[in-house]
Amino acid sequence: MAAVTPLLVTAGLSRAFGGLRAVDQVDFALPEGETHAIIGPNGAGKTTFVSLICGRVAPSSGSVVFDGREISRMPAHRRVRLGIAYTFQITSVFANLTAFDNVALAVQRRLIDDHARGLSARALTEHGMDALTKVGLAGHAGKIAGTMSYGHQRLLEVAMGLALKPRLLILDEPTQGLSDGEIENFIGLVRQIGAEATVLLIEHNMDVVMALAERITVMEQGRILAQGAPAEIRANKAVQQAYLGG
Amino acid sequence: MTRLTPSAKGIALHVGVVLALLALNFLLPEYHRGVFARVLVLAVFAMGYNLAFGYTGLLSLGHAMFFAAGLYGAGLTIYHLEWSVWPAFAAGLAAGAGLALVVGFLALRTTGVAFMIVTLMFAQVFYLTTLYFTTYTRGEEGLVLPQAARVLGFPGGTLNLSDPSTRYLVALALFTLVLGVILFVVRAPFGRSLIAIRENDERMRMLGYNVFANKLASVVLSGIVCAASGAAYAVLFGYVGSGFAAIQYSILPLLWVLVGGAATTLGPLIGTLFMFYVIDTASSYTTAHLLVVGLVLIGVILFFPKGIAGTVRERWLPWLP
Repeated sequence: MAAVTPLLVTAGLSRAFGGLRAVDQVDFALPEGETHAIIGPNGAGKTTFVSLICGRVAPSSGSVVFDGREISRMPAHRRVRLGIAYTFQITSVFANLTAFDNVALAVQRRLIDDHARGLSARALTEHGMDALTKVGLAGHAGKIAGTMSYGHQRLLEVAMGLALKPRLLILDEPTQGLSDGEIENFIGLVRQIGAEATVLLIEHNMDVVMALAERITVMEQGRILAQGAPAEIRANKAVQQAYLGG
Repeated sequence: MTRLTPSAKGIALHVGVVLALLALNFLLPEYHRGVFARVLVLAVFAMGYNLAFGYTGLLSLGHAMFFAAGLYGAGLTIYHLEWSVWPAFAAGLAAGAGLALVVGFLALRTTGVAFMIVTLMFAQVFYLTTLYFTTYTRGEEGLVLPQAARVLGFPGGTLNLSDPSTRYLVALALFTLVLGVILFVVRAPFGRSLIAIRENDERMRMLGYNVFANKLASVVLSGIVCAASGAAYAVLFGYVGSGFAAIQYSILPLLWVLVGGAATTLGPLIGTLFMFYVIDTASSYTTAHLLVVGLVLIGVILFFPKGIAGTVRERWLPWLP
């Protein structure tokens, strides 16, 4: 096989909380450009696993390599600047600031690093509104985030992730709590994002997973139970037993 | 978009406040001019505190040490080393900056209640240190700086800082400078980051911000401003004593900021002025003036839960910085 270096590789990645091995010796590779879903029952270690990738949780052992760089000891904020963006499982926005200001904080961080362009009010507005437009919230720019509907807050968080122009966007149960109509919308949005960035998606809603994922990883008890294309996963006996309730 | 460009209204208001304070130098009776000069210097202390507490959300109970670092940095070098005012003032600032860097570096490993206690303990250590070296500081009794040393040299002449009008104007100059710096900082990307850290620091971290470094920068800037207030206090009022390092002076800026309005640029001035006059007026009528002060504070919290300027901003003037 032609060896293209994957964007993200983990080797023997583990994290124990006391006696509980939340993530246990996980070897995982994610090629650039792929939209990849992680599924598994509650407590399978999905959120801990992506938290190890984005740096919110430190590993007990193992390594994380992003774009050829070993980053498992790198603090989270520096990983974000390398291009790993994370949207929280429990919506986390700046509730007292406007939607625009929320996104502007993400744009500001990126522009500070981008010395060529520099930080100007114009660039801030332009890129901020751009991100809001992508998720369909341009009309709500002046709204205080805390007063927006739950669905819109989730979209706002995605807009903050997009404003970082990430190479890898990690979405942790993004459709949880959304209405069917909103989910439909969301699928379209992630497809769009997936055309430009690599997406790692934790998701419980199997319709969403089947609609979006090019490949799926099934986790159980901190380990990878199965991995493959959606059709293979659907046909996998072990997966059916563990997760799909077969 | 108007949120990003400095609003003309806000700038006009601040210029107006400074001009009004300038006019008061010529209008106020002698006693009140003295009170105002003191309030202006202490309002700088409150503004410094506001940067850490109001904008960054760091509830410190130890800011007396930064005020006192400035006070002693300037006072001791004048008294013992016979430095002139400019280098002594600089020494005060350096003492505040150095102390804030070290204390911030250690204390910011904690958050919330632990942060309050750690800063309180550091301030207590500082206070006890001023008592321990009583040979140099004369402890609670303090040092009185000779009038001859309190002269500000300029290329074109000198300013006698014990003259009431000069003192007022120098206090106003420092106040104006610091107000301008704070106004600039809180509208700059750095200031917006601090507010966002106060609101949700984990989200900020996951947007790629180094939360610790930003908090540390906030504490150091806050420490420098508080030290500037302390150093100015020493040279303008000529007294340096341990009382300024005591716990009371860590609580006072918190009160001033809460009463005036946390995370507002003018709140610290309003709060400091208000508290000064409440205490002043109450104590001229009764020896139980703290009772009156307590009642007034309860009233303020009831009717102005976000402080005076904060509540005005919330209800009537949303553009207030």
